[in-house]
Amino acid sequence: MRFSLANVLRQGFSGQTGWPLQWRKAEPARSYDVVVVGGGGHGLATAYYLARNHLVRRVAVLEKGPIGLGNTGRNTTICRSNYLRPESIALYDHALRLWHGLSEELDYNVMFSPRGVLMLAHTRHEAEVLERHVHADRLAGVDNEWLSPAQAKAFCPPLEIRSLRFPVLGAALQRRGGTARHDAVAWAYARAASARGVDVCEGCEVTGIRVAGGRLVGLETRKGPIATETAVLVAAGHSSVLAKMAGFELPIVSYPLQALVSEPLKPCFPCVAMSGTIHAYVSQSDKGELVIGAGTDRYPSYGQKGSAPVIEDAVEAIAELFPIFRRVRMLRQWAGIVDVTPDRSPILGESPVRGLWLNCGWGTGGFKATPGSGHLTAWSLAHGKPHPLLVPFGLERFSTGRLVDEAAAAAVEH
Amino acid sequence: MLEIPCPWCGPRAEVEFACGGESGPPRPADPGSLDDAAWTAWLWNRTNRKGPHVETWWHQAGCGRWFLLARDTSDDRVLASWPIGATPPPLPEEGA
Repeated sequence: MRFSLANVLRQGFSGQTGWPLQWRKAEPARSYDVVVVGGGGHGLATAYYLARNHLVRRVAVLEKGPIGLGNTGRNTTICRSNYLRPESIALYDHALRLWHGLSEELDYNVMFSPRGVLMLAHTRHEAEVLERHVHADRLAGVDNEWLSPAQAKAFCPPLEIRSLRFPVLGAALQRRGGTARHDAVAWAYARAASARGVDVCEGCEVTGIRVAGGRLVGLETRKGPIATETAVLVAAGHSSVLAKMAGFELPIVSYPLQALVSEPLKPCFPCVAMSGTIHAYVSQSDKGELVIGAGTDRYPSYGQKGSAPVIEDAVEAIAELFPIFRRVRMLRQWAGIVDVTPDRSPILGESPVRGLWLNCGWGTGGFKATPGSGHLTAWSLAHGKPHPLLVPFGLERFSTGRLVDEAAAAAVEH
Repeated sequence: MLEIPCPWCGPRAEVEFACGGESGPPRPADPGSLDDAAWTAWLWNRTNRKGPHVETWWHQAGCGRWFLLARDTSDDRVLASWPIGATPPPLPEEGA
């Protein structure tokens, strides 16, 4: 059922009892044309665009738990495209352009809010690096501008620009960047995909990958075997675990990436502010909570908990840069397991197993790419070859040496 | 905060250490003789194991020495530590 004015009125007069489930609770069939392994934002978006743009009939999304509870429900919801390399700028800006029309496209309010992403420079070196990003983005036709400390303060009044520890020497601002409601993105794609016949199978963990003669022939799952000749692994931090089932290794290390939220406050913070030097970023959600992110933990782990010293560093720095937050209490803290590659760019394309595709390695910054990643991966699966925008991100770049070195990936140092 | 058992200094707080990452196979003696696939696998690929994981650690703010540590990456439980070159203690198999 569409979210139309007529339906809202009709439901309003009937006690809101007539809304259907937002997506079907599907059980897996025995075979599919395409199977998407991983029911986060990227996987659900891939399935949606397969059904919507490429009219692929039999598509399933297999998720080991409920959808959207991995990194999709754990990130800090930032959308931006102010990267350094032309390949990355094209990839992330493709996603950012889709963000701008996504609520209309999916008939679901994903609460996309292009409120501006402000990246702070605290050292001369950092200022020069960020200015280089501004120029690279503008050459690629993507908005990014350099602000003086006073202009940064005017754009983000809670910012302390004369802090002794972290003086602000300037900032890069991408006005088209912002935030979106992460859960709504997963729900919206699941709803839209399900409406087009995609089976969204929750509680259906993949336990094995069957390969014959170098080709994919099927998957083993907790709900029985599934025959398919095309599948894509979209499992973020658990990509290495799945790759091992298919008999290959990936250049990926899984780290916890932590975030935390404060008690709700009245609207007081107008943008997203990030600082590379101090591994911290902050925005305010529509519920009023401050959403704070840190850098990755210092050792690999699959435990979704995180290391306390890392989060302490982030909060100390936030309190230094935004003195109005010093007495704010924090409510919840968690970690997501991110799949970090050597060049901090994602791995997109076919794996060494024919028919088995990869969409992983997004590391600390995958949420922002959700619509673009799904859109381009669906194109690649439907055409049997990587989309031109994805060609630079194939696994073979680690053999050829043509890496896409993105120090900007998380806007925080690793 | 993890408690890391330095083989020389005993149990110390995590913040005194730096993790050097997964302890992989030794550098090939003659890289020139490897094909691209074998060199790529050594240079970039990692087991990135979920379970018992052997890694190098550096007691940066202590004795300054590198050593090996086995840790279960699914729950961060430290299993054992030993000096580089020493015989590692028996470790549980993955999934055990």
